[in-house]
Amino acid sequence: MDRKDILKRVTGYIEKYNFLVVLSIVFAAISSLLMLYVPILAGKSIDFIITKDNVDFKSLKKILFICFIVFVTASIMQWIMNRINNKVTYEISRKIRKDGFEKIRKLSVGYIDGCQIGDIISRIINDVDTFTDGLLMGFTQFFTGIITILGTLFFMISISPIIAFVVVIVTPLSLFVATFISKHTFNMFKVQSEIKGKQTGFVDEIISGEKIVKTFTKEEDCIKEFDKINDELSVCSMKAVFYSSLTNPSTRFVNNFVYALVAICGAIMVIKKPGVFSVGMLVTFLSYANQYTKPFNEISGVVTEFQNAIACAGRVFEFIDEESIDFDNESDIVIDSVSGNIDIKNVSFSYDKEKKLIENFNLSVNSGKRVAIVGPTGCGKTTIINLLMRFYDVDKGEILVDGKNIKTITRNSLRKNYGMVLQETWLKEGTIRDNLLLYSDISDEEMIEAAKKSHAHGFIKRLKNGYDTYISEDGKELSNGQKQLLCITRIMLNIPPMLILDEATSSIDIKTEIRIQKNFKKLMEGRTSFVVAHRLSTIKESDIILAMKDGNIVEMGSHDELIKKNGFYASLYNSQFEQA
Amino acid sequence: MGNIRFLSKYKKECILSPLFKFLEAGIELFVPIVVQLIIDVGINGNGGKEYIFKMGGLLVLLGIVGLCFSITAQFFAAKAATLFAKDLRHELFLKIQKLSFNDLDEVGNSTLINRMTNDVNLAQNTVNMVLRLVLRSPFVVFGAMIMAFTVDIKGAIVFVIIIPVLLFVIFYILNYTTPLFKEVQKKSDSILLSIRENLVGVRTIRAFGIEKEEADSFNKKNNEMFDLQIKVGKVNSLLNPLTYVIINIGIVLVIYVGGYRVNTGDLSQGDVFALMNYMSQILVEAIKLANLVILLIKGKSGLERIQSVFDIKTGDIYGNEEGRELISFDKAGKNKRENKIIEFENVCMKYSENADDALNDISFSVNEGDIIGIIGGTGCGKTTIVNMILGFYKAYKGKVLLDGRDIKDYNLNSVRKNIGVVPQKALLFKGSIRDNIKWGKDNATDEEIIKALKISQAYEFVEKKEGMLDYYSEQGGKNFSGGQRQRLTIARGIINNPRILILDDSASALDFATEAKLRKAIKENLKTTTIIISQRISSIKHADKILVLDEGKLEGVGTHEELLKTSNEYQEIYKAQSN
Repeated sequence: MDRKDILKRVTGYIEKYNFLVVLSIVFAAISSLLMLYVPILAGKSIDFIITKDNVDFKSLKKILFICFIVFVTASIMQWIMNRINNKVTYEISRKIRKDGFEKIRKLSVGYIDGCQIGDIISRIINDVDTFTDGLLMGFTQFFTGIITILGTLFFMISISPIIAFVVVIVTPLSLFVATFISKHTFNMFKVQSEIKGKQTGFVDEIISGEKIVKTFTKEEDCIKEFDKINDELSVCSMKAVFYSSLTNPSTRFVNNFVYALVAICGAIMVIKKPGVFSVGMLVTFLSYANQYTKPFNEISGVVTEFQNAIACAGRVFEFIDEESIDFDNESDIVIDSVSGNIDIKNVSFSYDKEKKLIENFNLSVNSGKRVAIVGPTGCGKTTIINLLMRFYDVDKGEILVDGKNIKTITRNSLRKNYGMVLQETWLKEGTIRDNLLLYSDISDEEMIEAAKKSHAHGFIKRLKNGYDTYISEDGKELSNGQKQLLCITRIMLNIPPMLILDEATSSIDIKTEIRIQKNFKKLMEGRTSFVVAHRLSTIKESDIILAMKDGNIVEMGSHDELIKKNGFYASLYNSQFEQA
Repeated sequence: MGNIRFLSKYKKECILSPLFKFLEAGIELFVPIVVQLIIDVGINGNGGKEYIFKMGGLLVLLGIVGLCFSITAQFFAAKAATLFAKDLRHELFLKIQKLSFNDLDEVGNSTLINRMTNDVNLAQNTVNMVLRLVLRSPFVVFGAMIMAFTVDIKGAIVFVIIIPVLLFVIFYILNYTTPLFKEVQKKSDSILLSIRENLVGVRTIRAFGIEKEEADSFNKKNNEMFDLQIKVGKVNSLLNPLTYVIINIGIVLVIYVGGYRVNTGDLSQGDVFALMNYMSQILVEAIKLANLVILLIKGKSGLERIQSVFDIKTGDIYGNEEGRELISFDKAGKNKRENKIIEFENVCMKYSENADDALNDISFSVNEGDIIGIIGGTGCGKTTIVNMILGFYKAYKGKVLLDGRDIKDYNLNSVRKNIGVVPQKALLFKGSIRDNIKWGKDNATDEEIIKALKISQAYEFVEKKEGMLDYYSEQGGKNFSGGQRQRLTIARGIINNPRILILDDSASALDFATEAKLRKAIKENLKTTTIIISQRISSIKHADKILVLDEGKLEGVGTHEELLKTSNEYQEIYKAQSN
């Protein structure tokens, strides 16, 4: 995305607030100019204070009063300008965050599977903040800075062109110093944050696997490795911190230098041309000289931030522009409960379009039948699930549910007809109840009923607060077995007509597993089920078995048929009893 | 705060930095006097051009000296701060390595990581800013006031009124907004969580069709954050304008009072200018001073959090560093089958004071070369037994013996080096496959590694990977499937030819065929004492002895055939699994 496009998009977001932005700029201009006028008034007032018995009180009072009005007005305008900037900035970042989240809803599962979660989060949160701050606040700062510099020059020239000239000559120096330092420190901070990232990654990895570190007595080695990175970091930090801390003293020095020059030239001018240049004017000039380099500092800082902000804006828009695939067409039908007849016709699919995976797959499953999917680990059992749930769409062929092509059904209504319990459990942050109900308005009695059936009720009651116990991101407080029981309970609350189950219940103890199997069996009665099967009984009792290997369906049929074939499935089955 | 003591290593820098800042500030306070002289003597007096040039040159000189002082000060401050942070990080990491399993369980990983990263950064910033500002800002603010007194006592009264008002306003605003900023941060974290959940849990969310509800929840949080930001902004935006007004009122008052004083002949024009100048110097430094206080508050809490990690009493380090070594496989008499290599005598253990017993009165023995199976429900104590053999947890009653001797007399490092463990959770680290396997044996040759991979049934997929042993594993081994990770960690556990091999549910992700091949390969090639923990009868039914655990108690001991007759648990499990 090039700069022009990015800026165009940004203006799109700002459009709604154009009036406010213009108002803010106008206030910025006026308040800056007013603030620049104050030193002139102060200077003039000094001219009324000459010496003993030579003080013009009347004029002094008048001018001080005007001065008061001027700076109070300027302050009020500044305050209002700040409020406006805040409002516009925060409104825009709120809108963009909303858009970002909306985008996630529309993204295909394939995209989300392949993306780096941290990257997306960084874009929606950090990049949005950086860009709104940088572009909007930075813009007003930049604008105020320019006005201040031009205003200062104007006022200075109107008082004394010669001394103004002296100041202007030195200007490039301050610009140079400010940009030089900020450019170098930017690079150093970049390197520093890279090394910090490296160290954080290392620390994160080691601490997460600390028990393994201890088991393999690798503490010493880890410490050595850590110290290496630590030393690198401290050297780099030192440079970055030191250089960045030079900005203030350096600009202070340039300020002081300008100040001295103005003092010298101004004082001489007062001596030589007392009528033209007064002490009061000198005082005014010195005030200007005092703050002269400040806007230069701010501007150079703003310019670097602006680059960064544009880059961030680009990243945000890039994400928002992602091709959204997972949304329904207007014409898609909403279906109610189905009977569960599934027809898979000539389906071909692969994740990587270059490598073939499933080819010309045909399967007819009548309502209530059970399909077992078996195969070695990593053979692609989840692919079938992805296709049935329309997490991915088939490349060729079609899948029909009750005679309707699933591509013509709304995703929501299709998915609501499936009950899914997978090997990888997922829980959200909230109470146990939140996780079981998932926004539905099922009563507590029904919920407890279901939990009892799935044997989750017992352990839930043993938790600190029962159903109100709070679990954190991904349920770290629960064991794998407990998490699976919760997922099963979720299904039992409202059992859909078709089931997709992954039998990998290796994390559940035997007793509970037995009971759940009994319930699963009851669940599956009369319901079309796809089971990723691990238990012999499940496999044997299935109507159809899909034997998969390396992502392909190599054999298909009932248990007896496949044993007779004596092929891949038969060898899988027999290896169970091979003596060690 | 105990950890401040790490700073004492850099006493020199900690004293020099503020000192030079102090000198720099002192120089700045002289500038108004010099200009006052230029006005009074150079212009209004009879100093003339030479005097002006001299004074002007003095100003430049003061500027240069001030710059040198400042750079020196910044240098020492940066040095002290970054080196302090480095030491903090090192000590923290060291401490974490010493923590026991219990301690790690209690504190939690993400807390430790936060301490090492965010809190140390905070500490570094705090030290840096404090060294730079602690002597400068207060000194300039109050120094300006004092210098004003030296110019004119009556005129300085304005300072005495204005400065407190200014400081009060600044503190009030900062005090009000700082906790609110924390709230904004919390809201931001909560929004981050929402986004994360909708990405990680996308299948569940879409499967249950709750996308809209999730979006509503997100929008609510988003709006709440917006409201908070506006609320903070309302007050925060007052800071600059308000302080500007206060200082300028001060300037106006100073000029006015000055006018009177000049009129009575007590002050000169230059003096009025000096007073004005001192007043403006205060503005910048007053804001910096207020920020300094806020920084100190934040920094203090950060240091306290870091200190709490140092305060963790690394419980009784189990075992004896000077203790005996566990004999390695090569040195042990391989055929001494009568040697009881592991014994548990009435062992009772619990994870914390209030918890129930995790292990209750466990007694069993393992002969050298035995293959032992341990089976039982989730949380019944299987992994606890493993951790006790490794000395990671202590029995509060009873004894754990290795080679007939109490484990607490052993040097635990040597124990762990001679026991090969394949833990339940298959975790790999960032690095090549070779690096990961070498965790089991530092100086393993490629041949040894390949041999181990073949035994663990991992070689068949490793040899297909690009670079083979050089193939890169990502953090946690995410780029491998569950079964592949397990096989790699098995290779890691066996490469050292351990005296005891513990496989803790290490084949759960493998299918029957692969697991059978694995068992066969281990039995034929390693001949070590092996402990297999599993949920599956098929994995352990051929063991020399099987321990059946139920809720921390030993429900049955024997061979497969014996247990089928005598153990209820075992029968139930067998029935369930073979049907």
